[in-house]
Amino acid sequence: MAERLVFFLCALIAISTAVGVVASRNPVRSALLLVLNFLTLAVLYFTLTAQFVGIIQVIVYAGAIMVLFLFVIMLLNLGSPEAQLPERELRRPVAWLLAIGLFIVLVSQVFLVVGAQPQPLVEAGTARTIGYAMFTRWSFPLLIVAVLLTVGVIGSILLARRRSA
Amino acid sequence: MTLGELGWALVRVAIVLGFLLGALPLVIWFERRALAWFQNRIGPNRLGPFGLFQPIADAVKLFFKEEIVPANADRLIWALAPALSLFPALVAAATIPWGPNRLLTPVADVEIGILYFLAMSSLAAYGVLLAGWSSNNKYSLLGGLRASAQVISYELGMGLALATAILASGSLRMTEMVAVQAEPLWGTVPFLPNWLIFTPWGLVGAALFFVCMLAETNRAPFDLPEAESELVAGYQTEYSSMKFAAFFMGEYMAVLTISGIMVTCFLGGYLAPINWSPLQSLAETVGGVFVPLATLTAALAPPFWFLLKLGFLVFMFVWVRATLLRLRYDQLMNLGWRVLIPVGLVNLALLAVYLLYGWLAALVGYGLAIGLYALWAVGRSRPVERRRVILYAKAHPYIPRQTRASEGQNAYVAQEVLHG
Repeated sequence: MAERLVFFLCALIAISTAVGVVASRNPVRSALLLVLNFLTLAVLYFTLTAQFVGIIQVIVYAGAIMVLFLFVIMLLNLGSPEAQLPERELRRPVAWLLAIGLFIVLVSQVFLVVGAQPQPLVEAGTARTIGYAMFTRWSFPLLIVAVLLTVGVIGSILLARRRSA
Repeated sequence: MTLGELGWALVRVAIVLGFLLGALPLVIWFERRALAWFQNRIGPNRLGPFGLFQPIADAVKLFFKEEIVPANADRLIWALAPALSLFPALVAAATIPWGPNRLLTPVADVEIGILYFLAMSSLAAYGVLLAGWSSNNKYSLLGGLRASAQVISYELGMGLALATAILASGSLRMTEMVAVQAEPLWGTVPFLPNWLIFTPWGLVGAALFFVCMLAETNRAPFDLPEAESELVAGYQTEYSSMKFAAFFMGEYMAVLTISGIMVTCFLGGYLAPINWSPLQSLAETVGGVFVPLATLTAALAPPFWFLLKLGFLVFMFVWVRATLLRLRYDQLMNLGWRVLIPVGLVNLALLAVYLLYGWLAALVGYGLAIGLYALWAVGRSRPVERRRVILYAKAHPYIPRQTRASEGQNAYVAQEVLHG
């Protein structure tokens, strides 16, 4: 009962903050609402016994990436929201179309499993299980991702340097 | 969860919060007195015994100050920022065990204890960053940007230092990290505990963690975000009254919490520096002198050792502040990215070598790493440029002119310096 209460509370906050991210005209407030959204998602992971996933969500997304986002927003100094460019005429209907399409795809996935009794995965998201999975069965993809990230870092350094040279 | 469990949980929370809030004025008083002692001053000594009530007077003063909101501030975020800087410091101590009793400590003995601390300390950047931005003041903004860049950079070194502790103890759970350190030293010396700092990787890790800990709490010599000679007071320039006090409280609570983490991970947590259990068995078998000795050592309870180590680390904070100069911004970034992170990575790799191939291979690895670094440093060093530096006083000696009788006895006239 308590778990269900936590779930609905978190889901409500998550959805309302997600809407707020898009609806807010102030970029800093948008970013802060996104942080709140990440934190509620982390709580949802905790209730699913995926402590490791939840805490990594907080460390990586809420703690590192969003701080960088805020940093950049503050450096850009976007000024007052009214000064921004008005949207072009064509973009708006296309965006609505894409959003509705994505919504239908996601909701249809929910209806596929709605009859089945959900089987809780025991300890699927703990540090031990994730560590074993990543460093035994999936160690090769893990290495490839690591190389990809390194390439990305080197590429960004190269891009930053070219201008000054 | 039954009602009894809930009650115990509330007791645990109350103890930790009570300690953090109760120790706060004591730490502030201690810092001011110790700093005064370092600088050959007296420090606050008027109010109460040894000036102990001075922080209370300061708090009352701050409480009655007028709160001034900058005209162009983003009101909501401006008011939110002090709370955001206070919150992580308050909750981050939840996984630190300060005694062996699991009913009283830690608040939550979760599987991911150390990661929880990392998550909370990474959230601490928001308070400072938002305070700097929402004040709409260039000094505040620069302070906030500096703080966030610093916190992000040093979090990596801190993570690497904590990774050595995690790898050495084989657990993310903080109570297990302490339990591992209770074993005999290096597996051989029975009466000394195996604190992580007594191993080479632990020593390097603890040193790394200590540096990162100073930077994470924005304390001297890493207090660039509030460098008063450049940025007035940095991100807290526009804050007054209780909001200013909230930043102050957050900083000192973070000092306490992060010291607790270092005690738990590297200094053996609540364990005594000497394993007393041989003494207990002696008291049971031999009796005599050993009985009062054994009761005495048992009375020096684990919380006492925890507090002693915590107090020592707080003293280290003050000691470093009184001793070292503030770093320049490029020095700060160089230290974080080009010294701490490579050292942490090599240290972590060598710990892995120890775990896989034994201590001999690890020692060879440490020798090799130090030797290679020495070779690189020698090859990189340039001969010192030799220049003749003549002291100003030597080049321009002060020769007082003869006193003229007409100008009286004390009429020394400044000698025109002879330029030569």
